[in-house]
Amino acid sequence: MSDKISRETVMHIAALARLRVDERELEALTRRMGEILAYIARLEELDLDAVEPTCHAVDLPGALRQDLPAAGLRAAQALANAPDKAAPYFKVPKVIEGGGDA
Amino acid sequence: MNLSRDWSIEQTAAHLRAGDVTAVALTEAALARIAADDERLGAWLHVDREHALAQARAADDRLRAGDEVTALTGVPLAIKDNFNVAGLPATAGSKILGDYVAPYESTATARLRQAGAVLVGKTNLDEFAMGSSGEYSGFRPTKNPWNLAYTPGGSSSGSAVAVAARHVPGALGTDTGGSIRQPAAHCGVVGVKPSYGRVSRYGIFAFASSLDQVGPFARTVRDAALLLQHLAGHDERDATTVPLAVPNYLAACERGLDGLRIGVPREYFGPGIQPQVEQAVRRAIRVMQQNGAEVLDISLPHTPYCVAAYYLIAPAECSSNLARYDGVRYGARAGGDDLGAMYTATRQRGFGPEVTRRILLGTFALSAGYYDAYYLKALKARTLIRHDFLKVFNEVDVIAAPVAPEPAVRLGERLDDPLAMYLSDILTIGVNLAGICGLSTPCALSKEGLPIGLQLLGPAFGEEKMFAAAAGYEAVAGHEWPWPEVAP
Repeated sequence: MSDKISRETVMHIAALARLRVDERELEALTRRMGEILAYIARLEELDLDAVEPTCHAVDLPGALRQDLPAAGLRAAQALANAPDKAAPYFKVPKVIEGGGDA
Repeated sequence: MNLSRDWSIEQTAAHLRAGDVTAVALTEAALARIAADDERLGAWLHVDREHALAQARAADDRLRAGDEVTALTGVPLAIKDNFNVAGLPATAGSKILGDYVAPYESTATARLRQAGAVLVGKTNLDEFAMGSSGEYSGFRPTKNPWNLAYTPGGSSSGSAVAVAARHVPGALGTDTGGSIRQPAAHCGVVGVKPSYGRVSRYGIFAFASSLDQVGPFARTVRDAALLLQHLAGHDERDATTVPLAVPNYLAACERGLDGLRIGVPREYFGPGIQPQVEQAVRRAIRVMQQNGAEVLDISLPHTPYCVAAYYLIAPAECSSNLARYDGVRYGARAGGDDLGAMYTATRQRGFGPEVTRRILLGTFALSAGYYDAYYLKALKARTLIRHDFLKVFNEVDVIAAPVAPEPAVRLGERLDDPLAMYLSDILTIGVNLAGICGLSTPCALSKEGLPIGLQLLGPAFGEEKMFAAAAGYEAVAGHEWPWPEVAP
């Protein structure tokens, strides 16, 4: 946990999160993240081996409802905020290289 | 027509029912105050005059007909801009949402509308509710009406300021790590974070789903209780809401302090807490004791680990929740030759520095090789923190503590030091990690003339005791200082 975070690690996680970090911001960002992680390392002081993790603070039994059809957003409403569309679809830049007529 | 910006929600409702003021007049007055003040305060991101007046006219019709009139019918309210209000823009304080217009309605705002409230507009916030000062808004910072050189706290900065500046008597916010209680404290108003599962989050922009909760701002404890009465309850659109009956919170406000057991956690006082804050809160506790409460010294031993656990869990959940902002279905898209490049360009241009930092921190905590060392440890520490509270609530009804280590800070003072800003959340985030309820109510003015808040915490779904303590305190302590005037 106390390993220092490197510039390369920051670049790697930025790529995983689909973010780009400018070269001029990388230094400061790496330093700030290093400070935060150094502070977080205090969790090492706790004996957590026999402790169960808590994902949610409220113990709720299964909250499944019946699967019944109900009105939702109509296609035009769902598309209303789209930056690019060809109704009834969202339009995105090309995903597959090469193409063809498929 | 005679009306006052000082009216509480209850007073406003009484005047509306008596017919000596109309909802349209109240809404016009609120709009005029916003127009006069807000260039200096920056509390609002979107005010829709026609939309507000249409609701006010409908409320007046309801009042005239005496048709399903509630205490909120015709009352102007402010909504934090991370709620979807159908037909109004919603930005969550982020440029990445661009010109997004909400296509549907959040459950919380739907319930207020059903009660007849007038939603005047949407208030400023730290981007995606990530921040403790309002300065991380993607649009403009909000300023503290008590002194414009100071921050109002955050992330529900605009809602706290809209109530403190008396634009409106009540507002909605969200609290993931203190984002209602801390700005309420810094602006001298009441702010409530209900128990996790008490209020539906359907239709709010998710930040950290195991921590986020919706809650009210108001200028009196009773008004806050009244708002929560309308908000609380099960919603099949949010599976985390509990199917428990909603108690009568206004009745709880009448209980009084007699025999109430108030725990004072030693870890929430001492080093790191400004002496004037500690003195003000201890004075408030003494007032409660003199009026019949029993005060007990308690310990929440894992408090020193709250910030560390929170700043792994909240960023981890944020990195997952914010993956949806990819420029495909909504928001401002940036160019790119292929899909991956478009995602990256959109996110790099749309997210501000704090959101970027938290996504990176969360992605790191969840990534291969670090999950067990960071995220899993934080979840285990969360268990210990939650057990601290469960144990203490066997012995006490409520916990009393400061809200923040110091009154509001100056604009810019913490902006470039994220760790220092995170550390200032130490007294509020345990509540979110444990899923319990908490509120902030004003207890003093600092030597700089800035408000100081008293925090009162109750067990999960124990809002009644929290309201009893807060209303009991308010009844004996009063609110001795005048509201701030924002000089033109």
